[in-house]
Amino acid sequence: MSDHADSAVARRAAAPEPAVPPPGGPAPEDGQRRARDGAGNGGGRRWAGIGPTQVIYLALLGVMAAGWVLVAIDGGDFLTLETVVGIQQRSAALGIVAVGQTLAILAGSLDLSVAYVISLTSLVAAEIMAGRDGGILPALAAALAVSALIGLVNGLVITRLQVHAFIATLGTALIVKGVLDHLYDGPAGRVPESFQRLGYDRLGPVPVSALLWAGVAAAAWFLLRRTRLGYRIYAVGGDAEVARLSGVRTGRVIVATHVLCSVCAGIAGLLLASRLGAGAPTVGTDGGYDLESIAAVVLGGTALAGGRGGVGGTVGGVLLLAVLDSVFNQLEVNAFAKDVVRGVVIVAAVAVYARRTSRRRSR
Amino acid sequence: MRALRTLGPIVVVLAVLLALIAAANPFFLEPAGFLAFLKRAAPLVILAAGQYFVIVSGEFDLSVGSLVTVQVVVAARLIDGDEAATWPVLALLVAIGLLIGLANGVITTALRVPSFITTLGMMLVLSGAVFLWTGGAPRGALSEAFRTFGRKDLGPVPWSVLILLAAGGAAIALMRSDFGRRLVAAGDNERAASLSGVRVNRTRTLAFVLSGLAAAVAGILLGGFAGVSAQVGQGLEFQAITAVVLGGVALGGGRGSVAAAMAGAFTLEALFTLLNLYGISGALEFAVQGVIIIAAVAAGAVRLPLRRTAHV
Repeated sequence: MSDHADSAVARRAAAPEPAVPPPGGPAPEDGQRRARDGAGNGGGRRWAGIGPTQVIYLALLGVMAAGWVLVAIDGGDFLTLETVVGIQQRSAALGIVAVGQTLAILAGSLDLSVAYVISLTSLVAAEIMAGRDGGILPALAAALAVSALIGLVNGLVITRLQVHAFIATLGTALIVKGVLDHLYDGPAGRVPESFQRLGYDRLGPVPVSALLWAGVAAAAWFLLRRTRLGYRIYAVGGDAEVARLSGVRTGRVIVATHVLCSVCAGIAGLLLASRLGAGAPTVGTDGGYDLESIAAVVLGGTALAGGRGGVGGTVGGVLLLAVLDSVFNQLEVNAFAKDVVRGVVIVAAVAVYARRTSRRRSR
Repeated sequence: MRALRTLGPIVVVLAVLLALIAAANPFFLEPAGFLAFLKRAAPLVILAAGQYFVIVSGEFDLSVGSLVTVQVVVAARLIDGDEAATWPVLALLVAIGLLIGLANGVITTALRVPSFITTLGMMLVLSGAVFLWTGGAPRGALSEAFRTFGRKDLGPVPWSVLILLAAGGAAIALMRSDFGRRLVAAGDNERAASLSGVRVNRTRTLAFVLSGLAAAVAGILLGGFAGVSAQVGQGLEFQAITAVVLGGVALGGGRGSVAAAMAGAFTLEALFTLLNLYGISGALEFAVQGVIIIAAVAAGAVRLPLRRTAHV
């Protein structure tokens, strides 16, 4: 992205050569298969060790055990129905956003606009519903269309205008923020009672919102594992140039992941609107869904550079954050102390993955 | 012409924005008016210089915004209006900045955590820790001597402009030194750099330390200029990164100059000023800002020689 011809040449010369296997690692094609293996199911076949997805679930078990002990010492009861439901409730919205974010990150991109998309769709939905049952379907359609449109804009700015995803999605985030701040001062619109059931009903111990999250995650898993687009997402994230040379239209793949990522944020916005009973211009940013979703994805073992990881790890990452949150709540830890611990946990977890990866593959 | 080559198209954009400001507000052309602009821009320009070191080495620093908040809140609580405490606290703030930068650098390079995550975690830790310490809201007050740097003038020139000149000069000198070359080399091609004898980890760590130092200086200036609040540093990390990218510096490292990054920060500040002048302040300001940032970066990308890049 500069006009320094000399360094451009240097970069071209240094660009990864598809034909030459990187030192200490197999050929790229092989590397891609390994990447998919590392992402979870079947990872143990090729690798004697365990992949990041297993690590995150082990960590999740560890945190739950530690939480159980700590809460028990404190005189409480950690694994009650109430806390289990609470963990699922808390994680559903973040989980849905993080699944979308996983797609964008796997393709080597990222989306910083999701928090504002969430706020915007919550408002769009609540305004159209205006408390009427009849407004639900049009509201759903409109909210998803708006979020898909924002994703499309993100994707096109990144691929056609060649703007780095960080700046492109930060820019759209600012635009949506400006529009929201201009039009709204506070909560607006009203969600009918029937729609609020999405946020509060549950089937036995499982909230409907958690089922929605599971559905979104399963759909994303299917997309990544069983469809052509899924393979292409890994290919583009692994090495866009190699993918392009093998005939993948990399631009389309990136646009598609951004549309899907935004739609996931839109679904989360709908879920939050049903919880709040209205739309709110700050619901997305208050939850910190932009950076938190990226943190959850990386916590789940997906490489920030793209091409390695998967939805299974992300689900584990989100659950880990939610369990931590639940333990803190039960121990009545100060909100600021929570932030400190969360920051340390995220960095520590990623440091553990990094050590494991570097042992396998010297860069 | 040389300036245009090292600074790139950003100077043209900056010149146009400054001309537009001057057209709307002739006071801007007088020394006092222009110095006031420089004074307002100083913290962001210094932050952008610090962020440049990190970005050109191929990393990100998302912790600078919360580091600025930490600086101001810590200063207010420790000084608490006591003039005698000013200098020791200033020294402490610089030490905190260096230390946080060192921590970012070591975690990123030695533990191999992507800097996006390292500094994101640091952002959570810093903002959590400082408000844990003060009980949720800033407490205390800054001393007059502390506020001098952000607010007062030395003769006709504001202190902050002098500090800006010193910091900018130092940044440019650093990039012309061996360190600067090693830094760019590390960001351009880590492997090639390390094969030619660059200690990549040490160089990158130093970049983070410089960014921490820049955040300390910016925090000291902002504390004097804007006063104590819990929001003082909010969003500054994104503004600094945006400024650097506006200057034509590539995210991912290896390309762009520090002077251009600082010009990018001036451009961003000029944009804020202009939007204010034309009454687009408040809410829509963000929307206009977003459009212009995307447009400016896209325009920069179009100038590239026709080469299919793998945009990540």
